[in-house]
Amino acid sequence: MIDKDSKTLLEIRDLHATVNNIEVLKGINLTIKSGEIHAIMGVNGSGKSTLTKVLAGHSAYIVTAGSVMFEGKDLFELEPEERARAGIFLAFQYPIEIPGVANNQFLRLAYNTVQAQRGKEELDPLEFDDFVRDKMKLLEMNPEFLDRSVNEGFSGGEKKRNEILQMALLEPRISILDETDSGLDIDALRIVANGVNQIANKENAIILVTHYQRLLDYIVPDYVHVMESGRIIKTGGKELALALETRGYEWVSAENRTAEGVVS
Amino acid sequence: MSAVLQNLVNQPYKHGFVTEIESEVAPKGLNEAVIRMISAKKKEPEWLLTFRLEAYKKWLSMTEPHWQNVKYPKIDFQSISYYSAPKSKKKFASMDEVDPELLRTFEKLGIPLHERAALAGVAVDVIFDSVSVATTYKERLAEVGIIFCSISEAVQKYPDLIKKYLGTVVPVGDNYYAALNSAVFTDGSFCFIPKGVKCPMDLSTYFRINTESSGQFERTLIIAEDGASVSYLEGCTAPRFDTNQLHAAVVELVALDNADIKYSTVQNWYAGDENGIGGIYNFVTKRGLAKGINSRISWTQVETGSAITWKYPSCILRGDNSVGEFYSVAVTNNYQQADTGTKMIHIGKNTRSTIVSKGIAAGHSNSSYRGLVRVTPTADGARNYSQCDSMLIGDQCGAHTFPYIQVRNNSAKVEHEASTSKIGEDQLFYFAQRGIGAEEAVSMIINGFCKDVFQQLPMEFAVEATKLLSFKLEGSVG
Repeated sequence: MIDKDSKTLLEIRDLHATVNNIEVLKGINLTIKSGEIHAIMGVNGSGKSTLTKVLAGHSAYIVTAGSVMFEGKDLFELEPEERARAGIFLAFQYPIEIPGVANNQFLRLAYNTVQAQRGKEELDPLEFDDFVRDKMKLLEMNPEFLDRSVNEGFSGGEKKRNEILQMALLEPRISILDETDSGLDIDALRIVANGVNQIANKENAIILVTHYQRLLDYIVPDYVHVMESGRIIKTGGKELALALETRGYEWVSAENRTAEGVVS
Repeated sequence: MSAVLQNLVNQPYKHGFVTEIESEVAPKGLNEAVIRMISAKKKEPEWLLTFRLEAYKKWLSMTEPHWQNVKYPKIDFQSISYYSAPKSKKKFASMDEVDPELLRTFEKLGIPLHERAALAGVAVDVIFDSVSVATTYKERLAEVGIIFCSISEAVQKYPDLIKKYLGTVVPVGDNYYAALNSAVFTDGSFCFIPKGVKCPMDLSTYFRINTESSGQFERTLIIAEDGASVSYLEGCTAPRFDTNQLHAAVVELVALDNADIKYSTVQNWYAGDENGIGGIYNFVTKRGLAKGINSRISWTQVETGSAITWKYPSCILRGDNSVGEFYSVAVTNNYQQADTGTKMIHIGKNTRSTIVSKGIAAGHSNSSYRGLVRVTPTADGARNYSQCDSMLIGDQCGAHTFPYIQVRNNSAKVEHEASTSKIGEDQLFYFAQRGIGAEEAVSMIINGFCKDVFQQLPMEFAVEATKLLSFKLEGSVG
């Protein structure tokens, strides 16, 4: 929801980044305020996933220019785990499997680490068990997932639900969902979207990276941004996603070329 | 490998100090005279000298094996000293008379020798270079008929038992290093659990190499009579030297009818520095004979030290319904090499064996699992389950699995599973993105990976092993 009392959470200015010495982000500008939901769309290779990795601090992605302020602080001063503790959450497109590490152990450690950072109470295994089971209901997850190794042998849909479960536990300020809809059947999509909607509130913000309008039927964005070649080339409301669905990305792309032509 | 991973896996060795103590060290080199000298020093009976000389003769006729997946320069057996003992005026009547410098050494290593300070419920035999310096709780064990002492003492006090069992599981000419050990072994532990006795506490031997140019050749013999059971623990450390030291031990276990021997090792010999200079060559022969019906022999090992670890704690399952187990975690880092595993020889009917091996390789190290499962024609209904998992940390290390399966009985059932996984940047990033730092992440992954083995260890050892692994593979992050 767009609210005039909202605070700026994230301010991205002229962000450039490379991966393997290839410039993938070529000047991103984006401001995200509390209570907002932003969708970032675009064709493969437009830099969407790179943007999510840069924000989370993956070491393979090198920032070459620009700045990102997170709640008024320089985000790039923080290590990846410090960013997570400060409230930046990335739901991975391909969640990593961690054989041998029980999901409940992993979730509790993550939860307690973030709680400690916020000066809040940490939970012992029994307390945590009650707490996490409650959150799992939100995502219609079977409690047996607690005893299994993190993401190991989970189906694509189960992995995505496990990501949103972590989001529900960690209560981040900014959640970045990288193609959370990919590989989900329609029921799973509804469950995941429902979970995300329940987590969204006036204090936090959500960035949805997606190819398809489909997800946006369930999670309604306040803004839709279209990325191409490492830049945001068009920003609009929910209706932009619908237009993309019918007219394709080429339409925005052509419009953008024309606009650039006018400027020069 | 990233800087984060580099830092994580490179930790200093805590036990690398040398104790300044006056030692009696034999001149370097090996010949018949040296063997006679060792035997004379230990006032051994004639038959034991014969045993040694026969082994020496066998050793001279043998050549060093080269089939193992480890590399090292040729060992000059003439540059090793085969006997080193801390000098002391007299025999210790009690722990209070042990050289305080020695006591301090072991306290520094976390092995308090005073019984009042000792680990509750664990009796300890302590071997310093070539000799046993102390054994705790001896009297209490003697009350139930258990003999727990150094093998030298056993040779004097219980010669019949030694003569009956020594070399019966690992014959003098079994292999190159076993032959060498049989010729020159200096000390080690002896345990005898009489018929029907369940050992009331864990027995433990702590091995410490102190002298630079000495080799350590200890010999351990454990006998569990009918219906007896014992849990035995072994720990090892050594100072940091730039030269390689040879450790060639022999361990023999004998379990009679319904007897149960559980043997756990936490091996943390000096591993050499980050460039692979120095460290112990740990070439050990360990074998258990499950001789009686329903007997059980279980090996659990956590191998973190040594420049080279090369050993296969094995079980000969001769008794019907006997059980053999092997649980192993082998961690290598820097330029360490390990070629370790087990042999399960099924002879009796309905014999069962379980192998769970976890290899963790980091740095430039190389870790191999090598295991033999042999089912002989007599072993009707034999069963084996083997699981060999490898984990790689970084991209400069190697993991290998060499399973040998020989089945000569149609009723046998043998299963083998293997996997290789990797702690990569992406796993650590995933943890980081959930607020968990790399140190904790690695510790969690490794402990999860080793869980099946750690839960086999006695409680104190499990804690110790977890700490040791964390210590070896963790550190301050950049």
